[in-house]
Amino acid sequence: MGEMLQVRGLTKKFGGFTAVSEVAFDLDEGEILGLIGPNGSGKSTTFNLIAGALTPTAGTVTLEGRDITGLAPTNVCHKGVARTYQIPRPFRKLTILENVALSAYFGADGSISREEAWKRAEDALDLTQLPVDAQSRVDGLGAAGLKKLELARALATQPRLLLADESLGGLDEKEMGQAADMLSHIRERRGITIIWVEHIMGVLMRVVDRCIVLDHGEIIAAGLPTDVAHDPKVVEVYLGTDAESVQSQVAGRVAGASETVGA
Amino acid sequence: MTIPTLIKAAGFLAILAFPALGFSDYILHIAILILLWGFIYTGWSVMGRFGLVSLGHGAFMGIGAYVVTMLWNHAGITPWIGIPIAVVVSMAVGFMIGFPCFRFRITGHYFALVTLALSEVARLLIVALRDHTGGSLGVTPNSVISADNPTSFIAMQFSDKVIWFYIVVAVWIAGLIVWRAVDRSMIRYAMEAVSQEEDAAASLGVHVTRTKLIVTMISAGMTAVGGAVYGQYQLYINPETTSGIAISLQIVFAAIAGGMFVQLGPTVGAVITLLLTETLRQTVGHDVHGLDVMIYGAMLVLFIIYMPRGVLGRVIEVFDRRAGGPSGPTAQPKPQPGE
Repeated sequence: MGEMLQVRGLTKKFGGFTAVSEVAFDLDEGEILGLIGPNGSGKSTTFNLIAGALTPTAGTVTLEGRDITGLAPTNVCHKGVARTYQIPRPFRKLTILENVALSAYFGADGSISREEAWKRAEDALDLTQLPVDAQSRVDGLGAAGLKKLELARALATQPRLLLADESLGGLDEKEMGQAADMLSHIRERRGITIIWVEHIMGVLMRVVDRCIVLDHGEIIAAGLPTDVAHDPKVVEVYLGTDAESVQSQVAGRVAGASETVGA
Repeated sequence: MTIPTLIKAAGFLAILAFPALGFSDYILHIAILILLWGFIYTGWSVMGRFGLVSLGHGAFMGIGAYVVTMLWNHAGITPWIGIPIAVVVSMAVGFMIGFPCFRFRITGHYFALVTLALSEVARLLIVALRDHTGGSLGVTPNSVISADNPTSFIAMQFSDKVIWFYIVVAVWIAGLIVWRAVDRSMIRYAMEAVSQEEDAAASLGVHVTRTKLIVTMISAGMTAVGGAVYGQYQLYINPETTSGIAISLQIVFAAIAGGMFVQLGPTVGAVITLLLTETLRQTVGHDVHGLDVMIYGAMLVLFIIYMPRGVLGRVIEVFDRRAGGPSGPTAQPKPQPGE
């Protein structure tokens, strides 16, 4: 276990407040791991600790056997980890293609030619179903489009591990389904390992292989989506309501209800 | 040949032919100053266009002027060697001021304030070292030219304004080439990204600090060249005309007024400021001290509010709209498929 990523004793304190406490988990190549929890549970902090946006107080993050604890975001990116932002952060003065092409170029730390960068950008746009032409501008994109652009930029850096932060936030029911399928599709096409952070369980449970539930900075449950969704501690954290919908989602998955897959 | 190439070639020939048209020395002097300041403003805009608003370029100009003159006066080192040294010193100062700012993410107004302090530090330093620099009275590079011997290549002193004109044209064109090289390089994309979303740029693999330092050092180096040439041309420098807040603000104003996002914008800014200064000098004279700086300040506010892309930027914007061909960063957004 843990050939892609090993997280051990990951702890982050902000003054006297412990946001993340002794979080540990493993990730195999090609897995999709759901990292869920209610608001303030520490999942975003955990995410940022792995991505290098925050430096852990204690603990280690090991990527493919190499210690990446405390590396700056730029260096983490060059090691093969890409992230998206919960609130999209596009470069608005550049075109969509330029947004993604510069990600490809700098994600490879300038080791590829411009032509190659633009080619990788076109691939990433194709994969995320965004317009590939050279003129399309960021201003024309809606909420779902901006989420896709986040994903396209991250993919253009050719990561082996993708950290997706609340890719469903601000999307409607149909778009959520499409976003979930897209992550699943990306894993199939590219073999990319994915950590998917979300505060709602819902549609995520259909796609992930395993799930970790955080509450108050600690892991309260981990395992298969079916087991996690029925875990009494998880049900309590989600106050029953969401857990019911989660259970129905999981049930749908078990029954092989995959009408939206591939849509 | 395309039409823009033809216009460029014609403009270039017109500039080269300018001294032959028999204008007075005064007109030639104004033309030299426009091109020289145009170069300095272009140097500023190399970093300014990416949101790195430096109010401290007077410091780099002062370094250029004073390092070269001090080396010549005190050590007899020719400006041809002095200028590269000044460029290195200026870049080093740019690094020293830039590194802590960029490393600790001092951006926007705070960065502007840090650089504002830099420009005053440079001016005060020149004044304080008056035994060597001549203090606030200024200093003259030791002259080796005379009526019999009007030209000294080694001292970079020429009494013929035509020679200066061609030197300054060369410097100005070199500046435009540097601007264009940055504009067409991947550094531009990195800086566009960094100036809009620094965190996102970093997480996508852009070396934020390194990239900002590169443009800062290019800009500082260019400004030092401008300061050095200015000193050699005027054969007199003082802390007020080469350094300090007034010069720094003039640089910012001119670059913004002309248009810092287009290659020739800063040069247009030089035309505006030079004509403004000369008009004021001839109409109001020196009675109202600091009037030009006051007008710069008021106009800067107006430009930032009503014409943030500057005069040339605005003109190009209007032409693009008339032509109906949306291109470049001024184009209007179009609705997108794929959502």
